Amino acid sequence: MSHFNMLDGELDAELQSSVENLMSRVCEYSRLIAMYDGDRSVATELWDKIRFELGLAGMLIPEEMGGVGLTAREAAVVTQTLGRSMAATPFLTSSVVATSLLLSANSALIAQMASGELTVAVALPFSTAPMGNLSTFSIDADGLIVGSARSVAGAIEAQTLIVPVLNNDGIALYAVDADSLTVMPRVSLDMTRQVADVTCQRVRGTLVAQNAEQMLRRALLIGAVLLASEQVGVARWCLDTSVAYLKERRQFGQPLGNFQALKHRLADLYVGVENARAAARFAAVSLAEGDPDVEIATAVAQAFCSDVAVLAAEEAVQLHAGMGMTWEHPAHLYLKRAKADQVAFGSAGEFRARLADLVDLRFP
Amino acid sequence: MLDGTFDLRGYIDHFIAENNFRAMDRLAFLRARFAAGLGWIWFPTGYGGLGLPQNRQAEMNEIFAAAGAPDNNPTANSIGLGMAAPTILAFGTEAQKKRYLQPLWTGEEIWCQLFSEPGAGSDLAGVSTRATRDGNDWVVSGQKVWTSNAHRARFAILLARTDPNLSKHAGLSYFLCDMQAPGVDVRPLRQLTGEAEFNEVFLDNVRLCADCLLGNEGDGWKIATATLNNERMAIGGKFPGRESGMIGVVARTWRERPELRTSELHDRLMRLWVESEVSRLTGMRLQQKIAVGQPGPESSAMKLNFARINQELTGLELEMLKADGLVYSDWTMTRPDRVVMTGRDAGYRYLRAKGNSIEGGTSEILRNVIAERVLGLPKAPLADKDVAWKDIRK
Repeated sequence: MSHFNMLDGELDAELQSSVENLMSRVCEYSRLIAMYDGDRSVATELWDKIRFELGLAGMLIPEEMGGVGLTAREAAVVTQTLGRSMAATPFLTSSVVATSLLLSANSALIAQMASGELTVAVALPFSTAPMGNLSTFSIDADGLIVGSARSVAGAIEAQTLIVPVLNNDGIALYAVDADSLTVMPRVSLDMTRQVADVTCQRVRGTLVAQNAEQMLRRALLIGAVLLASEQVGVARWCLDTSVAYLKERRQFGQPLGNFQALKHRLADLYVGVENARAAARFAAVSLAEGDPDVEIATAVAQAFCSDVAVLAAEEAVQLHAGMGMTWEHPAHLYLKRAKADQVAFGSAGEFRARLADLVDLRFP
Repeated sequence: MLDGTFDLRGYIDHFIAENNFRAMDRLAFLRARFAAGLGWIWFPTGYGGLGLPQNRQAEMNEIFAAAGAPDNNPTANSIGLGMAAPTILAFGTEAQKKRYLQPLWTGEEIWCQLFSEPGAGSDLAGVSTRATRDGNDWVVSGQKVWTSNAHRARFAILLARTDPNLSKHAGLSYFLCDMQAPGVDVRPLRQLTGEAEFNEVFLDNVRLCADCLLGNEGDGWKIATATLNNERMAIGGKFPGRESGMIGVVARTWRERPELRTSELHDRLMRLWVESEVSRLTGMRLQQKIAVGQPGPESSAMKLNFARINQELTGLELEMLKADGLVYSDWTMTRPDRVVMTGRDAGYRYLRAKGNSIEGGTSEILRNVIAERVLGLPKAPLADKDVAWKDIRK
């Protein structure tokens, strides 16, 4: 769709600067690094500000339901900005994925999510792709939920979990109070988005929807679209920070940025990041416009952006050399996030395999 | 100046009602179009345009095409339309604009570009073709290379050295060269594909009149830079759809020849499919940026994408075809009117794509452009800076 607007508008710029402003006040790197040593205070403060100061938790919820009534296009600006500043928040898992799921299920929980009071996570591994196997819980003879899901993102912050349960009709969704199931935080590759294992040992849930497989896949697809923008944010920070460092760092009596071998690497990375921007933007606009090709646009964005973010983070570490290997410098935060994001909602390879079906380029 | 709300359709309908192209000579119709400002729509009134935003050109083209009206066959004169015309408009005298623009637009006069030389490729400012004054005239001698359309061209834009005592950028001037003047010798330049798309042009004491100088003496580099910046603006048109270009060719082979498929080729194909699609989207973004007037060195990113993806795809296709990849259609020297990158066979495409990372700026120079002009990294120190051109070691 060549009429899709691929450029940032005024609203985008405003949204970006209000999120950036908050991040610069709260999201200090030393506090993010402290999350790896067990201090999660920055995450709590940040999420409170995003919910209650900026009112962004309900940005995708229609105004008549108490939300802000914006689209994936604006949400992409937010996830990109959050990714760039390495924000540790459950925005993607609660305000995007769980919200999209509960909106399509017409759930009453939406009202509390719109105000930001309620944070929700879907009890699926963060690695679950929209087209992948949906690992599910089951229901016993007494109507109680049993089962577990590993490496669930956003579960630690959630007061309610949406648990997919396999029954005779397919997949049903149950809302379960976080206090009545077990959320076991795991030491995670990316502690700024720490995952947890969720276990239900005969717990009671409230039925949210029956026959919910398509809803669930759609919510994961939306998550994948907005993750691509987060990945662009991560990649842009890595590029900009590396460029700035090579202008200032001097060896052999000159800035490192004088050396053509390094200039060409950064130029190639710039091209990758510009490409990723276009891919992520197109997927977000396709989603916002209800384009029937959104699944292709999403697969393209995910097959491309996740690898660019990893490359950018790996280049940032290498180009910062000794500094990039330290605990003190934030480059490792981006490397860990980029690598975890590569797995999230399905890998680039899974999306390429999906594309082969979608665009009729199958093997064999 | 007319704005974006101008009723273009109404204006064109009225024009067509007054100028029945079915009953008119094609050239007469095109001249009338030019006179009515329906040539390059963003040019000013009186020079073939209406002063409309450039992004309305595609709309105009579509209206004329839908009506079945003849066009000016823009692909036959791409250098004239894309590079010579905007430069003449920007730097030409009133007399030059009146003389050259209309027949250029209608396609009566084809243009070529005499810039590159055997000794001045990436370092274009190092050209050694000399133009010396002789009374009111200029006399030009030297050798140009990689000139497409020279064998069909009526005129050329020419970069030549007018003062070798100045530094290399300062001593250049820009000329409009008559390709029919005595002393102009055009010879085909055969390339590795076997064909000769380009020419070598030998200039031996070619006499040009005083009016052939564009801008002032010594302005050559400034004007040449403007010309090259116009290259990417070229001719408006429809935005390419998914799987246009080389990926479409390879995807078709994949679909039609299941016996050729292997998992290794599939992996490479899908990676390149994704990259082709992403590059198309980057192009869409860039086109929208240019339409709102923010062009810049960022377009180098597109060129880098295009060259690399084309080269990888054509290599993949040749391997995929196995035994069929070992044959080549024809090594006979031909002179194609225009190059179709996706044309002929896999071997041709593979070989021709090698030029994609060289023509119009090598990929290495484009990386320098991005590093220095987009990312703001330090400029490479130049050994020939502030040295008179005649003293530069060659």
